[in-house]
Amino acid sequence: MPTQTCCGQPAYNSGDRATARAIARQTILAFADCDYIVAPSGSCSGMLARHYPELFDDEPDLSREALAFAAKCHELVSFLVDVMGVSAVSARYDGVATYHDSCSGLRELGVKTQPRQLLASVEGLRLVEMQDSEVCCGFGGTFAVKYGELSNSIVTEKSGKIEASGADTLLAGDLGCLMNMAGKMQRLGRNVKVRHVAEVLAGMTDMPAIGEPETEPRK
Amino acid sequence: MTVAPTSTQFKDNAHEALNDARLQRALVHARNFIPRRSAAAERMPEFEALRDSARDIKNHTLAHLDLYLEAYEKKVLETGGHVHWARDAEHARKIFLDLCHARGAKRVTKGKSMISEEIGLNAALEADGVEAVETDLGEYIIQLRGEAPSHIIAPAIHVTRDDVEADFRKAHRDLPESRDLSQPEQLLAEARGILRDKFLTADIGVTGANFLIAETGTSVIVTNEGNGDLTQILPKVHVVIASLEKIVPTLDDAAQLLRVLARSATGQDMSVYTTLSTGPRRPGDVDGPEDYHVILLDNGRSAMLGGPFEDMLRCIRCGACMNHCPVYHQIGGHAYGWVYPGPMGAVLTPSLIGVAEGGQLPNASTFCGRCEQVCPMRIPLPKMMRHWREREFERHLTPAGARYGLGVWAFFARRPTLYRLATQAAMRALKLASRNRGRFASLPLAGGWTAHRDLAAPQGSTFQAQWRARSGATR
Amino acid sequence: MSARDEILANVRRSLHVGGEEAPRRAAVAARLSQPPRGLIPARGQGEPARQIETFKAEALRAAATLAQVAAASEIPAEIARYLREANLPATLRIGADPRLAGLDWAGTAVEMSHGPSDGHDINAASLAFAAVAETGTLALVSGADNPTTLNFLPDNHIVVLFAADVVGDLESVFDRLRAKYGAGAAPRTLNFITGPSRSADIEQTLLYGAHGPRRLHIVLVGAP
Repeated sequence: MPTQTCCGQPAYNSGDRATARAIARQTILAFADCDYIVAPSGSCSGMLARHYPELFDDEPDLSREALAFAAKCHELVSFLVDVMGVSAVSARYDGVATYHDSCSGLRELGVKTQPRQLLASVEGLRLVEMQDSEVCCGFGGTFAVKYGELSNSIVTEKSGKIEASGADTLLAGDLGCLMNMAGKMQRLGRNVKVRHVAEVLAGMTDMPAIGEPETEPRK
Repeated sequence: MTVAPTSTQFKDNAHEALNDARLQRALVHARNFIPRRSAAAERMPEFEALRDSARDIKNHTLAHLDLYLEAYEKKVLETGGHVHWARDAEHARKIFLDLCHARGAKRVTKGKSMISEEIGLNAALEADGVEAVETDLGEYIIQLRGEAPSHIIAPAIHVTRDDVEADFRKAHRDLPESRDLSQPEQLLAEARGILRDKFLTADIGVTGANFLIAETGTSVIVTNEGNGDLTQILPKVHVVIASLEKIVPTLDDAAQLLRVLARSATGQDMSVYTTLSTGPRRPGDVDGPEDYHVILLDNGRSAMLGGPFEDMLRCIRCGACMNHCPVYHQIGGHAYGWVYPGPMGAVLTPSLIGVAEGGQLPNASTFCGRCEQVCPMRIPLPKMMRHWREREFERHLTPAGARYGLGVWAFFARRPTLYRLATQAAMRALKLASRNRGRFASLPLAGGWTAHRDLAAPQGSTFQAQWRARSGATR
Repeated sequence: MSARDEILANVRRSLHVGGEEAPRRAAVAARLSQPPRGLIPARGQGEPARQIETFKAEALRAAATLAQVAAASEIPAEIARYLREANLPATLRIGADPRLAGLDWAGTAVEMSHGPSDGHDINAASLAFAAVAETGTLALVSGADNPTTLNFLPDNHIVVLFAADVVGDLESVFDRLRAKYGAGAAPRTLNFITGPSRSADIEQTLLYGAHGPRRLHIVLVGAP
């Protein structure tokens, strides 16, 4: 198990380049022996695959290492479809789901059709598209806290689009987005289950959804 | 008119904007540009390749800007025009006022010019007793309201029809009170009549320039109304005021850029009027200005060259970035506090007025990346906003609380064993605190989040703990 | 040091150049004397007949109206018809262009005036220098033949366009410009006009006749 902590994006986006580089070095070394590094997060994978090389673009040796590392990094669902060739899953989910396209996954990594393709194979699941699924949910990392009122305004609008879609379940590939949207919808009293798309694809939906109480003690 | 920057009060400005019901209603219109742009892009198969071509032309130009500026000036002089070089806003105002004095000018008509906003031209003219008349309908409306533009191509997008009627009735006092102004057509007809008189009696006409062409010494303006044309051909003097980076080498280069400009801005394939002007009247001309002056403005552009913000000089002021920005959609342009709003404003403003004054703006972004996705010149806007954040961090301009919190996080993130222990401990603590309700409606130190949203409590254990448990690994 | 010298020095400093470097100067001189052609979209290309069809479709899309006549002699009658059917007064201002001024207007009831507009004209007609198929755009140049004020001051603008002057793209118009005015030269004003004047500044409502003409009518002459 590689000694990982975090991809370092909070430091990177806050302008603390020195810390971001230190964490990046640590991460690259930790995963040195791996063939693939897969993260259930578009934003983390985007950091690893697109921004790590940029962090070292002034140093040729480190840059080479970062580029080699970046080439091994993947977001989870696109890894399954594009690298492992998975075209269907054997899971079941009774519900109407809508998928939010998290910004990093979509724009940095091109994650768009892969989750929809796998969700189409989930028995019992009906996928509906919300209006503006590609529009930001307003999380943006520290933005959600630093510019809380603005973030709230954006996520309130997103909640409206989710509700209008008629879905009873919201799925996405990024926990930050999911927590943001779940938190807003729960504050608004909306009855929408929020899950990471991997939970549905893996058939692990007997566990509580995000923000829901656990009904029995976990081991 | 441009007031002093209020970008340091961005959060307060945003708060006001979010709670301004009238503004919120009007802002919905800004989103109409989105489907129009994408339809125009889809209708032209070569659009993506044209973006690359446009970017390459501008990069080449910027790398040779000194030489193209010299070549441009030479051509303008050859065709009987005059070129003035302005170091900064104050210098540009002085040059213009001197021109007014030399001509005894009392009335100046203006085509839409963001540069004239940047240098605060209207206020300077008014202080000098010269009437400055905005002729772009949107600019005219906001001039009556004493406001600055809130969008770089749709300056009155924040104004409702009711507002316009009220403003016209207040300002056009000579017209009969009983007149019907309930329809937009009637408002337009009234503005057309009033401004027609101004066009015909102006001493000087001022326009900006979308492009300055070095090959021929030509200024290019792009409008849908034709107001820029009436501004520049009717008065005896035409003054073009444009910043250095508006230069493009050739007519063909301008054609490439024109193909991505209107499509990115309004979704039109071509704006109604694209006008190329070269010098004053020639022998044989029966209309047109007798004098043609170009004021070339630096005001921070030369300092941006060769640096990390150089890419921003490729901007052709189409407005696509703000049309697609989730933050701009919520608050409109005035909240940004100066001349340039939205993502391009967030990157450009600190370059022009300093990071202490403008540094809030690049922080107010989620880095969703939609701006970069639609920018016809492929400007990496989020990357440059991040550069500004780095600058602020280095200069300790980041707020103390944020810096401290980041410092604490970084301490743990650089120490894997401590990080693991700390996250496990935090998870257990949060679970206990949530009393098994699954979420928090409020939590100490998390007020920024819980003011507006619930916070989900952690479930189960960490991935690493579960992995170790399932695989029987000991590390 | 003049502001000009200061600014150029600042630009050179930022670019880390002195300004005299031969390769840079050569690159700039080459581009200016032989402007490279950029990417030309397919839309405006093809055989002349196809280009004319493209021009018509795009011009109509931009809210211009368009009529076709076989020969120049039919222009006055077409314009008279247009004014009548649009309920416009039978008055028309034109410039000195012999291809318009030399036509038989006496055969119509239209009251003619000549020269630049002073803002009191309802209708005016100009002859196009060229037109762009790709976007349905007319190109008009300044001069006594077709004064620029005729393009903007009157309420209604009629533009006569000879089919042979329809080209595929903006770049082809520039080729014609260089041929007529010389390399590195341009007329005082070149107007590219795509449809009638409009504004959407009042709550995004599209309105025509915002300062410029409310109507743009194209008379296309001699198309196959």
